[in-house]
Amino acid sequence: MFRLEPRSTRSYTAAWASPVLALVLTAVTGGVIFMAMGKDPGAALYLYFVEPLTTGSGLSEVAVKAGPLVLIGIGLSFGFRAGVWNIGAEGQYIAGAIAGGGLAVYWHQSESALLLPAMLLLGTIGGMTCAAIPALLKTRFNANEILVSLMLVYVAELLLVHLVQGPWRNPQGWGFPGTRMFPDAGTLPLLLRGQRLHLGSVIVLAAPFIAWFVLARTRFGFRIKVFGQAPLAARHSGVSSGRIVWQTLLIGGGLAGLAGVIEAAGTIGQLMPKISPGYGFTAIIVAFLGRLHPLGVLLAGIAIAVTYIGGEGAQISAGLPKAVTGLFQGIILFYLLAFDLFTRYRIVLPTRDTIQE
Amino acid sequence: MTELILASVLTVVPPIMTMMTAATPLVFAATGELICEKSGVLNLGVEGMMLIGAVFGFATAAVTGSASLGLLAAAVAGMLASLIFAVLTLTLLSNQVATGLALTIFGTGLSALVGFDYVGETIERIGTVHLPFLSDIPVIGRLVFGHDPLVYLGILVLLGSGWFLNHSRWGMVLRAVGDSDVSAHAIGYPVVAIRFAAVSFGGLMAGLGGGYLSLIYTPLWAENMTAGRGWIALALVVFASWRPGRVLFGAILFGGITIAQLNAQAAGLGIPAAFMSMLPYIATIVVLVLISRDAIRIRLNAPACLGKPFRAER
Repeated sequence: MFRLEPRSTRSYTAAWASPVLALVLTAVTGGVIFMAMGKDPGAALYLYFVEPLTTGSGLSEVAVKAGPLVLIGIGLSFGFRAGVWNIGAEGQYIAGAIAGGGLAVYWHQSESALLLPAMLLLGTIGGMTCAAIPALLKTRFNANEILVSLMLVYVAELLLVHLVQGPWRNPQGWGFPGTRMFPDAGTLPLLLRGQRLHLGSVIVLAAPFIAWFVLARTRFGFRIKVFGQAPLAARHSGVSSGRIVWQTLLIGGGLAGLAGVIEAAGTIGQLMPKISPGYGFTAIIVAFLGRLHPLGVLLAGIAIAVTYIGGEGAQISAGLPKAVTGLFQGIILFYLLAFDLFTRYRIVLPTRDTIQE
Repeated sequence: MTELILASVLTVVPPIMTMMTAATPLVFAATGELICEKSGVLNLGVEGMMLIGAVFGFATAAVTGSASLGLLAAAVAGMLASLIFAVLTLTLLSNQVATGLALTIFGTGLSALVGFDYVGETIERIGTVHLPFLSDIPVIGRLVFGHDPLVYLGILVLLGSGWFLNHSRWGMVLRAVGDSDVSAHAIGYPVVAIRFAAVSFGGLMAGLGGGYLSLIYTPLWAENMTAGRGWIALALVVFASWRPGRVLFGAILFGGITIAQLNAQAAGLGIPAAFMSMLPYIATIVVLVLISRDAIRIRLNAPACLGKPFRAER
């Protein structure tokens, strides 16, 4: 049998090779799954991973889908670096959409240039508020942030459904659940004629660079890193664990909320019962696939967005269930976690000496 | 007077019966997770394993026409899913929190894919047990002896787990592994093998809990039908301070809240349905806060090695 020998420092080669390897092996596994389903694996894989990148509209859709994934993924990576497990980003995203979108619902005749900035601000605050609950309960009562943040996802989903079916329902909507369409002043302008690409994507593109600066160049970023890798050392050097929990959860919640309001005000243009295909959960994978590094998260978000669009295309043109996308996402993370072994350990095969020993 | 009492008892009995059926998936899943955590492994994939159990159980029952085979398939599918987790965390030493999340995401995707063709299909449900004489006792008969067999199995498994942990040799070994893996290894116990067994048991039970949902409780398959029950089961283990007896209490409490909010929605109290549906989730948060407030109690009861990877030095 082989033996694991710890490395003295993490292997950078392994750290950056493992996401690529995970993607490749997921594609191979996907091919096997497609074969088992009686489909031509080559054609199906092309639909999933290549087709979306070959047309202008495909690229535009990838950017639209990558937006929320990257934004939420970057927020989560702050927490994950510090060992704060916020897995309720889906709820914070919805809370942001409710808070920001609510403004456009109430002022649906507004033409004010202030409406959009106010919505983005309020959406961020909405997400932060939703994340503040697990932060408060963690720091004050020691309650597990994983479970609290997750439970709030269900609460936020139910609240959104209630609002769009009840008090906020479009009076001219023939009874369908959903709010009025947001006014022009409350909608993110489109960037290209005939495509859904909107100004939100530009905001999203700025986030990785700001996050990279914060993490790599500020004292705050350094504290998060120390806290995650050596909590005891961090505590002895005066880093307050409560403060880190608050800060990382607020950053994660704020960015998820911003993603939610951008989606509502850009891609959708109103509030509906379902405003996310699970972005908040998929962003967890995006964060890990991007190695919790802002620029890595950007690349990972684009890669995962391709599979989303590919999944939609494959459903339409090849009748493959969209759920395959979700399966791929789980498998990618499995492979990634398995390969992580090589960043921390070296595999040592037994030689004659060690056997005799 | 007696009529009044009888009438009030008759209105109380059915809700208590449904409360037990609502509690049973939680009993299974939480018992499995409790054994798993006692061995020092935190598996956050309960929701995913339940979904996998639910879909494979339902598909098997739909194809074979046998609900019992369906339950078996649910348990086996849950266990196989947990083995992926076990290999990653125990052999390849991956982070348990991240791997558990991955298992839940994987289970959600896999179950949606497998269940794609079964949405809207119905199957024959497993009937309730009818014991001669016992089930015919007025009131108590139906209350105690009138459930489906799985309700009793759940309670049996729970009691059995309590006995196993506290009174059997291997139960104590399992606790030793969870409280001090290094010492258990030094004495010569196979730490990794014991953890593999505990994780598999957790998967088996989560799968069974999921199968109960799709085969008996509803009985149908819908995407994401567990609706957070796997996560509530995880919270129940903390709530129970890692003691099996309290798991039963907690599961019945949550079963009660689920049924109470459904009844209140049906009665139409003027409270929007969505707010009533939030109750089980909000109750979970409240319960977690109340229990976790006492940090010392958590630290005393939680397995000391919970969530930490173990690698044999030699």
